[in-house]
Amino acid sequence: MLLICLLFAGLGLLLGYAAQYLTVTGDPVAEKIERLLPQTQCAQCGFPGCKPYAQAIANRQADINQCPPGGDETVLALANLLGQTAKPLNTAFGVTEEKQRAFIIEADCIGCAKCIPPCPVDAILGAAKFMHTVIAAECTGCKLCLAPCPVDCIIMLPVPPTPATWHYPLPADA
Amino acid sequence: MRKLLALISQHALSLLKKPSVSATGFHGGVALPKAQPVPLEIANSFIPRTLVYPLLQRGDTLAHAVVKVGERVLKGQVIAHTDQFVLHAASSGKVSAIESRPIPHPSGLSATCIVISTDGKEESVPVTDTKKNLYTLPQLCDLVKNAGIVGLGGAAFPTALKLSASTTIDTLIINAVECEAELRCDAALIQQAAAQIVQGIILLSKTLKVTTSIIALKENSVAEQTCLAAAIAESDAAIALISVANRYPSGSEKQLIQTITGKQVPHNASPATIGVLCLNVGTVFAIFQALVQHQPLLERVVTITGNGVANPQNRWVKIGTPIAELIAQCGGYTENAQRLIMGGAMMGVALADDAMPVTKQCNGLIVSSVVEKTAPAPCIRCGACAQVCPAQLLPQQLYGYSRAENYSQLEKHSLTACIECGCCDVACPSHIPLVHYFRASKGKIAQQHTESQAAALAKQRYEARVARLEQERQQQATRAEKQKQALAAMKAKIAAKR
Repeated sequence: MLLICLLFAGLGLLLGYAAQYLTVTGDPVAEKIERLLPQTQCAQCGFPGCKPYAQAIANRQADINQCPPGGDETVLALANLLGQTAKPLNTAFGVTEEKQRAFIIEADCIGCAKCIPPCPVDAILGAAKFMHTVIAAECTGCKLCLAPCPVDCIIMLPVPPTPATWHYPLPADA
Repeated sequence: MRKLLALISQHALSLLKKPSVSATGFHGGVALPKAQPVPLEIANSFIPRTLVYPLLQRGDTLAHAVVKVGERVLKGQVIAHTDQFVLHAASSGKVSAIESRPIPHPSGLSATCIVISTDGKEESVPVTDTKKNLYTLPQLCDLVKNAGIVGLGGAAFPTALKLSASTTIDTLIINAVECEAELRCDAALIQQAAAQIVQGIILLSKTLKVTTSIIALKENSVAEQTCLAAAIAESDAAIALISVANRYPSGSEKQLIQTITGKQVPHNASPATIGVLCLNVGTVFAIFQALVQHQPLLERVVTITGNGVANPQNRWVKIGTPIAELIAQCGGYTENAQRLIMGGAMMGVALADDAMPVTKQCNGLIVSSVVEKTAPAPCIRCGACAQVCPAQLLPQQLYGYSRAENYSQLEKHSLTACIECGCCDVACPSHIPLVHYFRASKGKIAQQHTESQAAALAKQRYEARVARLEQERQQQATRAEKQKQALAAMKAKIAAKR
């Protein structure tokens, strides 16, 4: 009897320690979902970024087809991860476009600094009454800076292929 | 259907005849048809009117230009550099432009180039004579890098990087195999400069402290063997001459190492991991010139051949020479000229026009008539591609995954180990352009890799911003709280006074 009591006490302690030291922090499902999202942080899905959207999918508060930059590829990847049926992108949230980057027409910029706070990745450099510029390598092409600009000096430019980024296309019959 | 059956039976017969591992020392390979002979005398270089240097030489590292438009440059002057290689002006003249021009790249896209208008005076930068008999490895790497030396066999890998990784090697293999049938630039160079090449090998082997130095040649290359044997006998050095079977791609680095040492270089690893350094014979000559004559890499031997050029020949060509001017020096085009290929017929790159310059990796130029391509038929799963694959991959499987765009499986099946030699294309009875599929898939994988890196960066910056905003909010809250407390304290004070 005593032996059994001791055993259970031991197991109880073990479980207690496990609960203390081996807890899973964060939401592993949301993290997995977030890894599949394109990290554009464009908020087109209706959530303020990729992480909140991932959390919403994990909580079953959002559907998997609300990410226009990810497109059908992302929907498919999410469906595979979550064991759901793939469905076409919900165009109510936007359509998939070629990758673009924001560009500030510097001659037109009045230095109002209104575009700086909306940028989700802090990719716009500038200060009040100084000309602003977009750090091209860090721009995700989310377009969140377009609307706040009072003089419409921000335009979206396609990212042209360079010899370093170009690759062979698949043969035509594939 | 009947055609398909005929194909299968034909292939079944050829399977019976073919041994699964060829007697070459490496797996697979194909025998290439004999090419048009090219005279082995090397014509001297000429001074073109303009010299063009793309700043993008290899991969995605862009060189940094150190000259300005309008500046006068001397022969041998550094005009651009990265931390891996250096570009020199091959003749004296004036920098006429730094602008976007088409570069010899399969994409046919343009990139920034330095354009020099030559003045024909060939004024050189003064040479400081610091000749030594023995260099330490860092000294050697430094000299090789500053001389702008890259692998001249066609890959243009910075030689200094290769040398600096070779701290614990025991075997030095000099590659003079030239398995592409058309190219004869290495053979021509050996006949002209065997003694210098041997001196170069001696210098290298002293610095690298190798126990074995080997020059690998194609079998039946009697003239080159005689030249080298005489030079070795004269210098009294212990350098072995080994001939390897004339089976493409016997001159590919990993295949050659396997043939000679019997050891396989692991996938995604350099030959240095198995104690071998393999250098092209042209590269060794360039190293000799840099060490002994203090001359940077300004010109290289190029084989200009094919039925589309009037006088096929081997020629010293200044790096940066526009191809059009070079072909004009070789008697111009014939009526057969329809295709221009840089490199050999198997691994070369088809160029869109001849305004592009000769770069350091350009070992040959082939001008030929268009070869009618048979339309690809469905894969019959015969496995011929796997039998010829020198990297011992399964091209048939990779082909399926490439078509399905299943990139994770492609990576699992070691697509990155594909050397794009084209043996599977030659062997395929259905004429499927397999290498084209593999190149496309490799490109797509690389693109996905850069995209995921960009996404990781965006995520990091987004999280940093969220954290910053949260911190600012908290700071504001504490500040407001403090003000509130201060206000309350003040009020209490006033109340107490009353």
